[in-house]
Amino acid sequence: MSRLKDLQKNLFGGTTSNARQFGMIFTLVAIVVLFQILTDGLTLRSDNLIALFQQNSYILILAIGMLMVIVAGHIDLSVGSVAAFAGILVAKSMTEWDLPWPAAIVFGLAIGAAIGAWQGFWVAYIGVPAFIVTLAGMLLFRGGNQFIGNASTVPVPEGFREIGSGFLPEFGPNTGYNNATLLLGLAAALAVVWREIQARKTRRAMDADPAPMWISILRMAIMVGVIAFAALRFASGRVGTSFPISGIILLVLVIAYSFYTRNTAGGRHIYAVGGNSRAAELSGVKLKRVNFFVMMNMSVLAALAGMIFVARSAASGPQDGNGWELDAIAAVFIGGAAVAGGIGTISGSIVGGLVMAVLNNGLQLMGVGTDRVQIIKGLVLLLAVAIDVYNKSQGRFSIIGSLMRPFRRDDSAPPASPPDAEREPAKAAVSG
Amino acid sequence: MSDVPILLEMRSITKEFPGVKALSDVNLVVRAGEIHAICGENGAGKSTLMKVLSGVYPHGTYDGKIVYQGSESKFSDIRASENAGIVIIHQELALIPGMSIAENIFLGNEPRKRGAIDWKAANRMALDLMARVGLEEDPDTLIKDIGVGKQQLVEIAKAFAKDVKLLILDEPTAALNEADSKHLLDLLRGFRSRGITSIMISHKLNEIEAIADQITILRDGRTVETLDVKADGVDEDRIVRGMVGRELSSRFPDHTPKIGDVFFEVRNWNVRHPISAERQVCKNESFVVRRGEIVGFAGLMGAGRTELAMSVFGRSYGVFESGTIIKDGKEIVLKSVADAIDNGLAYVSEDRKAIGLNLLDDIKTSTVAAKLSKISHHGVLNEVEEYQAAESYRKELRTKAPTVDESVSKLSGGNQQKVVLAKWMFTDPDLLILDEPTRGIDVGAKYEIYGIIQRLADQGKGVIVISSELPELIGLCDRIYTVFEGAITGEIARADATPETLMKQMTSTKKMATR
Repeated sequence: MSRLKDLQKNLFGGTTSNARQFGMIFTLVAIVVLFQILTDGLTLRSDNLIALFQQNSYILILAIGMLMVIVAGHIDLSVGSVAAFAGILVAKSMTEWDLPWPAAIVFGLAIGAAIGAWQGFWVAYIGVPAFIVTLAGMLLFRGGNQFIGNASTVPVPEGFREIGSGFLPEFGPNTGYNNATLLLGLAAALAVVWREIQARKTRRAMDADPAPMWISILRMAIMVGVIAFAALRFASGRVGTSFPISGIILLVLVIAYSFYTRNTAGGRHIYAVGGNSRAAELSGVKLKRVNFFVMMNMSVLAALAGMIFVARSAASGPQDGNGWELDAIAAVFIGGAAVAGGIGTISGSIVGGLVMAVLNNGLQLMGVGTDRVQIIKGLVLLLAVAIDVYNKSQGRFSIIGSLMRPFRRDDSAPPASPPDAEREPAKAAVSG
Repeated sequence: MSDVPILLEMRSITKEFPGVKALSDVNLVVRAGEIHAICGENGAGKSTLMKVLSGVYPHGTYDGKIVYQGSESKFSDIRASENAGIVIIHQELALIPGMSIAENIFLGNEPRKRGAIDWKAANRMALDLMARVGLEEDPDTLIKDIGVGKQQLVEIAKAFAKDVKLLILDEPTAALNEADSKHLLDLLRGFRSRGITSIMISHKLNEIEAIADQITILRDGRTVETLDVKADGVDEDRIVRGMVGRELSSRFPDHTPKIGDVFFEVRNWNVRHPISAERQVCKNESFVVRRGEIVGFAGLMGAGRTELAMSVFGRSYGVFESGTIIKDGKEIVLKSVADAIDNGLAYVSEDRKAIGLNLLDDIKTSTVAAKLSKISHHGVLNEVEEYQAAESYRKELRTKAPTVDESVSKLSGGNQQKVVLAKWMFTDPDLLILDEPTRGIDVGAKYEIYGIIQRLADQGKGVIVISSELPELIGLCDRIYTVFEGAITGEIARADATPETLMKQMTSTKKMATR
């Protein structure tokens, strides 16, 4: 019993958004297992996993930026159009102006920054709601893409395609696996162990008891196991395929932005602005600068996503990025962010995006048409958020939390003072 | 009074939340036509008890019995209790700012004629109800265009629209100035003479002493006692003793000020209203603060004290027009809040929930929020230093919370205020501006906050206290400025400060003799 309590406290305890995230990870695992069974093992096959990552890396990159925008209390509807606009300009720059592809990538990011500065200016300095600014941007840059490309497709050269369809190189002894992918897996496993050790150290420095050793070990074992499984799968695909380059880009961005949002003053300011902008302002946070930054950053990431997509499909077209904004926004909300801002994490949004991606992929493998896939995705988004809102209104924090409730009778720590707590104007959060 | 019929009896009410027993075996007897006050520190269970009574916590979620008008009542929701004539007016007013007085009064209860709202009847009935509460306004006036005192009257008019028999007021005067408070209390007396029963929750003991017939005191979720004000000769000290369970010899800690030289000075400060530029909110105001000194700012609501403080604090209010700030002999220009913080200013706002704290944060994030640079190296936050800083302030200020990971939204008002104070102490300010630092805080926590303010002054900091409670200013401050309509009208030393002298200068434009 006490072990169960430990497990529950350490895995599901803490903040509500943590609990929500663990809930999402379980949902993800459940969906993967479900489709693995329904598709007779197709879901977890190497080539399918690789395709899954390649097809969704750009949505997940958008989800990173979107998370920050939503946490700051805004929304960005223009990302699909911005991606298409940057994509067509980059394609043109290489085919018509003969820009070498590395320079073209820098050029693409600069376009993103310029568009972001434009949208950020209206949102932060003029005070036009982001919904309106980016709705305008959605039309503006979609039109811009079709104007520049004459509504036709523009192909891109070989070298550039690597960022969308390339893989880690083959080298070293013939192990029957892709060695680079194996090394990446090893590095990831070491990082997980190192992080757990660091976390224990930090807990001790805060005079708090770290989680029991066996929990730490269990947690590490699960993570390392998942990493090893994934590394072997990615390394054992068709010859010439392995972990995709776009996946590497995504990984780097996830790590960098997670660090930024969690561990830097700049990141914390975003949460402060979204949580209570007036309080943040009176604490010395430069409101306009934060709002400008999140909007600009979003467009830079949208430009990057657009380039990866163009590279993968080998050409830029007039319909690129249609509906991406909705996928990215769905990923963020499934991942536990609050509509009113102030709550949400990068990792949660990535998990949310993966849930949608696996769902999409699994249904397609089963031969379900896009019409029904859309219906199912819509219902999943609604249900995921509705269950959480319902649980919150019942005073429970998560499904898992409520399942574990019978075991926590003797746990008397929370709520300190319910009468006062309940008087608070509870943030109308979508999250738990 | 025992011959008067009992209107309401709550018998051994027990209400549990997961992990916490908010009420245990609470009894309350209210007789018809009396004003019954409920006193207790924050977290004593006052609000919970009222929520049980009004059906917010429906029958079945608590143990015990409610006998109302002679029969047992089992309210399933607020509507059920309202139908029975029990109306509760919360501390945070539930009015829609963009709607008119009449629309608010009849919200959810609109008079209809053939399915459509009958505005003629509504306005006529609204005027009638407004007359009963002494509110002289056009019923078409929008809520946002009237002061908070009048808004309170609209709430009461709204209660009358529902044919109230038992009116419950939760901290009705917390946000009101003295004049509005007095009007409200007179109104309650008027209701009493017309046989309407009121239950009033308040921290303002002088008001309770003045108006209540019976006082029930709660402590830690239990009934301590019920006092008959006239028969028992109850005074404030008697109430305090019941609330805290011990004698509180003085409302203010003993303190010998150690006042140094003038180090902060504002000269000829002029600020205009942010929207209507023709309105001047600060009219050529000048003041000084000495090291180790607690300086009070007295004034009626709307006198422009908060506006003055916020405009000095990095121009966070209004449109700056002219004026100079001199600190330690040098002129400083504070164009933003960040400038103000860097120059050693701190401003603790009057509304900690709306603009003082991010209620999504926990204690440790809140504590360091105004000076993240202090716990970061090369832009990277150090979690351990953050924790240690928050923990040391939690211990120093005796904030009641299991850990600094607790969400600030779960803390009581007094403890939230301590977190806000910690947040600004963490910035190492030279001058702290505290705007209504004890609003909505119970007696025990107030005493602690006063102690903290005095300690800050003793460290050589200057402290400005803005307060609407004159006894607080007189008890705490070494020197008091009075403000009226955006101008400083007087400067009074502690020895000369009485409520009468302050009130006189707070309400007259004539500048009295200054030193």
